[in-house]
Amino acid sequence: MLELRNVSKKVGNALHINDVSLKLEKGSLNVLLGPTLSGKTSLMRLMAGLDRPTSGEILMDGASVLKTPVQKRNVAMVYQQFINYPAFTVYENIASPMRVARVDQKTIDMKVRKAADLMKLTPYLDRGVLNLSGGQQQRTALARALVKEAELVLLDEPLANLDYKLREELRIELPRIFAETGAIFLYATTEPQEALLLGGDTATLHEGRVTQFGTTIDVHNQPSNLVTAQTFSDPPMNVIPMQKKGSKFVFSQGEVPCPEKLTDLPDGPYTIGVRPHHLMLSQSESASLKIEALVSTTEITGSETFVHVQRDDIKLVVLTRGVHRVNIGDTIPVYMNPSKFFIFDGADTLVSTPIAGAA
Amino acid sequence: MAQITLNNLAHSYLPNPKTDDDFALKEIDYAWDDGGAYALLGPSGCGKTTLLNIISGLLVPSKGKILFDGQDVTSFQPEQRNIAQVFQFPVIYDTMTVRQNLEFPLKNRGVPKDEISKRVEEMIEVLDLSDKANRKARGLTADEKQKISLGRGLVRYDVNAILFDEPLTVIDPHMKWQLRTKLKDLHRQFGHTMIYVTHDQTEALTFADKVVVMYEGEVVQIGTPEELFDEPKHTFVGYFIGSPGMNFLPVDVTGDQAKLGSHTIQLKGSYPELTGKVELGIRPEFVTLTSTDTGIPAQVNSVEDIGRFKIVHAKVEGNDLNVVLNEGESIPSEPKIIIETSRTNIYQNDHLVLPLEKAKGV
Repeated sequence: MLELRNVSKKVGNALHINDVSLKLEKGSLNVLLGPTLSGKTSLMRLMAGLDRPTSGEILMDGASVLKTPVQKRNVAMVYQQFINYPAFTVYENIASPMRVARVDQKTIDMKVRKAADLMKLTPYLDRGVLNLSGGQQQRTALARALVKEAELVLLDEPLANLDYKLREELRIELPRIFAETGAIFLYATTEPQEALLLGGDTATLHEGRVTQFGTTIDVHNQPSNLVTAQTFSDPPMNVIPMQKKGSKFVFSQGEVPCPEKLTDLPDGPYTIGVRPHHLMLSQSESASLKIEALVSTTEITGSETFVHVQRDDIKLVVLTRGVHRVNIGDTIPVYMNPSKFFIFDGADTLVSTPIAGAA
Repeated sequence: MAQITLNNLAHSYLPNPKTDDDFALKEIDYAWDDGGAYALLGPSGCGKTTLLNIISGLLVPSKGKILFDGQDVTSFQPEQRNIAQVFQFPVIYDTMTVRQNLEFPLKNRGVPKDEISKRVEEMIEVLDLSDKANRKARGLTADEKQKISLGRGLVRYDVNAILFDEPLTVIDPHMKWQLRTKLKDLHRQFGHTMIYVTHDQTEALTFADKVVVMYEGEVVQIGTPEELFDEPKHTFVGYFIGSPGMNFLPVDVTGDQAKLGSHTIQLKGSYPELTGKVELGIRPEFVTLTSTDTGIPAQVNSVEDIGRFKIVHAKVEGNDLNVVLNEGESIPSEPKIIIETSRTNIYQNDHLVLPLEKAKGV
């Protein structure tokens, strides 16, 4: 088990990592989710031993590793920008950590071929890496991390530069491949959807702080605060400031009845979070609030359509399944259902999540 | 702005190409409308960059001609073609201010001073860079620098076309939403002919009126996002567009029915006799799981919960099949699948076959 206890890292006056405590179990799949500059790479470098924390403790199986040099730690790390030995063939690139460790030729050959097979590199083993596509080069780097049989595998946005179809395949394959090795697996990404597809456990990172750590789908469905909810939503969660007044939530474009379970909440300012797929473009019986809004743009992902709308100070993103054309500049109705609201109090702490099963 | 015509264009990097396989870009004959927004979409190695380089003049095609508004420009150098290009990485002058960077391409072409300042101010406004207009580019973020790159291409009003080569690669996902939106706005405002190369379906479908899907050097479909989703003309398009992509099941087709093993699936129309590899294409969105007696029994292998929906990986008659379930929908214990008749497509040797009614135009 890898344990971080109150780890902080200061560079000059800037606090890059802010009091992080985490426990990662052997054989577990963990995701580090956060936008660029949230501290993902800094945290991984601390775990790898490439940097030393300013304060705090890092332990492997209960023993501090802060004094253990990188070379002595059994860690494999793969970066977004693939790194290979340009003069070597694919075979020698994969074999290199075993050559350094003086593994016998027979074992090397067996392991290289197995890793190449898993990463679909077998036809390219004798080629120079520079003659490969970006995806193949990244898979070479991943295969090298695999044969190292490290106890800690750190993958820093490893698929960010690949075609998305290849990403889809590798995203399913990678956790399975590394799970077989029994390593602690940590995968950094900026994309909420990638975290959900990987599964396992997720730590959301914001300005160097871990804002929540738990089972991936739970963190997504039950974010404990507004920052986590926003980190774990792409496109960003719709946020509407509201005032609770008795049995109603009042905002600039209207009012909605306060869900029954929340009537005891004190009156005052709250923030409502609504995920884009919980907004609807057509009336359903459960939707009790309608806003007429102007379409500012639409985006199509191939399976889904995002419609961005605006009404005065309220900007919303609506997600619908399928490919639809909505005309920019049209005014359209947007329906919402209070049972689908995330509600955060004045301190941005979660007080209510959408009601499960509500239509 | 210009209409761009590709006249029986093809390219091979080999000196004496013999077979079709020797061509990195197989023959294409197509006219790009003046003022249109096009995307070239495909995986790496599909030939999209080859095509872009032919349009920009970096590459002379081995076959065919390229015309701008009817004028043959096949042998023209890039600088003679009057095209603006935006690349993956920002191409700007670090020592110049944001404003100077945007002025530069216009000054170079001797545009009158008033005109330059009018256009540059407009562009600064559009790109939301007003508060940074007088800052040196050096200290800006990667996103801001790439915005300037986009602006440098867009500020030129007299270009025949603007070519974008994966311009959002270096941009953070959260920022991509904004920049994609911006690009679309700019196209609506200025009406340039734009060609956008990408391997990302979201970028292509969001940006373009028409998407050109390429696969192994061949243009397999040119269509609107809806056409690519509803009726992919090639199995590759069905697979490549959509996450997860379209399901393909090997079937025998007789009239308006398809046989999958011992099961019968109702199709949206009648088909002529088909030979070779015949497949039914159905998107995961249009398959439902039921516990009733109707439907084809399926085994569920795994489920990915993405929050707003679930992807169910199942096997039906020994074939892989993905099903998309909405949030809150559960999986029956002995699931059977039902395929939405109106959403069925039939493929023969990877190419879409239209039902007889539609083929006749009824």
